[in-house]
Amino acid sequence: MTSPFSVEGLNVSYGGRPALTDVSWAASPGLTAILGPNGAGKSTLLKAALGLIPSDSGQARFFGEGLDQARSRVAYLPQRASVDWDFPASALDVVAMARLPHMRWWGSVPRAERETARAALNSVGLAELAERQIGRLSGGQQQRVFLARALAQKADLFLMDEPLAAVDAVTEQTILAVLHKLVDEGKTVLMVHHDLSLITAHFDHVLILARQVVAAGLVAEAFTDASIAAAFGGLPGRA
Amino acid sequence: MIGHNTLIVLLGCAALGAASGVVGAFALLRGRALVADAIGHAALPGVVAASLIVAAFGGPARSLAPLLLGAALSGWLGLLALRALTASGRIRQDAAIGVVLSAFYALGTVGLSIAQAMPNAAQAGLSHFILGQAATLTESDAMLAGGLALACIGVVAVLFQPLRALCFDEAFARSQGLPVRWLDLVLLALLLAVCVAGLPAVGLLLVVALLIVPAAAARLVTQGLPAMLALAAALGAAAGAAGALISTRFENVPTGAAVVLAGLVGFGAAVAWSRR
Repeated sequence: MTSPFSVEGLNVSYGGRPALTDVSWAASPGLTAILGPNGAGKSTLLKAALGLIPSDSGQARFFGEGLDQARSRVAYLPQRASVDWDFPASALDVVAMARLPHMRWWGSVPRAERETARAALNSVGLAELAERQIGRLSGGQQQRVFLARALAQKADLFLMDEPLAAVDAVTEQTILAVLHKLVDEGKTVLMVHHDLSLITAHFDHVLILARQVVAAGLVAEAFTDASIAAAFGGLPGRA
Repeated sequence: MIGHNTLIVLLGCAALGAASGVVGAFALLRGRALVADAIGHAALPGVVAASLIVAAFGGPARSLAPLLLGAALSGWLGLLALRALTASGRIRQDAAIGVVLSAFYALGTVGLSIAQAMPNAAQAGLSHFILGQAATLTESDAMLAGGLALACIGVVAVLFQPLRALCFDEAFARSQGLPVRWLDLVLLALLLAVCVAGLPAVGLLLVVALLIVPAAAARLVTQGLPAMLALAAALGAAAGAAGALISTRFENVPTGAAVVLAGLVGFGAAVAWSRR
């Protein structure tokens, strides 16, 4: 079976400093946590695969195809802090942006796309806050708006950058429930994550990074004390 | 009584103000508002060069179109210089804007003094490009500027959804396959067009204010982007018309200053309203 997401020989550097070195990995369907210390290249992996930052070499495949062929099957959830939440838009406005590839570019959002966006907001428990300006939402609610936007893309593969970072308990439970539902529907979710406590209870697979692949596979096999120590004990060249 | 010519100038300045409000709103949300300042100043050498070329070929002494073309070309050169300076990531955008703005303005000022020493009178009205003088606009000048402004509003209307998505979340827009580079280029071209169209009336020193002030005021008191754009357009149009009216009544008041002061009244009201 073709992997929903794979990278081969991926090398990325920032201003000459290596961020990822020769990363080759193929994801399996289900829920995967991408783990590693700060600076391990977790977000970089997602961004480079999506072409948001340049790679020095290597390539990413989505369902065996290049990104341009598979784009409609791929959803991306950036870090919450990467945008200005004072932006003049409602929660519904933001979620409806997911439907842009299926819309004309002028005028207002068509009713059908608006309903898709509303349903996505409903599934993250924000139906009543659809019309609220995003700056007036709590951090956890903003994170759920981002999740709703990714859901509204109706994708088969979800690349999520720290959706559980600094969220309240309600949001954490809502997000985990949504992710499990996606997995039950046969989708693939790759999630950059930093909290080791949730891994065994909620995730199927892990990819442990420290600028290169430290361990990868089923949680029971790869999420070991040894691999965690290898990744978090010290980055290569830093000791 | 308002004469026919004055009315056309008023309408042209109002259209210009509306377009500035709309384009300025997107520039503000994309973090590019001060780029307009660089464009305005970078236009001066082009205006001077165009007037010298027109004079050398014995063209009509007072014709706006070639001057605006010169302004657009050197404004574009200014943008290219800005991009070259910031490309490496070692010079921040604010520093690069300062360098480009002062370099082109100095070049233009030197050119202006050369042009003014020349025997022919082609350069007579050039100083109006610095502070703006709506009163000297002819009917066709005002229609040219107003038409360009309305065309800019049309482009924004057609690209409304992708421009909004880009301004909110560039990474997400890229991940969806939106033509981000192309959209940014269109936004810069719109900024350039509004700046150039505004030069003769508002002047290069203050054209940036017409782009920023209505948009910043509208942002303070609105929740959604369509409302922000509508209010910015209305404030810009009111400021443009009021400024033009003031400067046609009091010949010594430069239009640019009058427009900005009128716009600041709206801005002050928005600040007061938002603090209720």
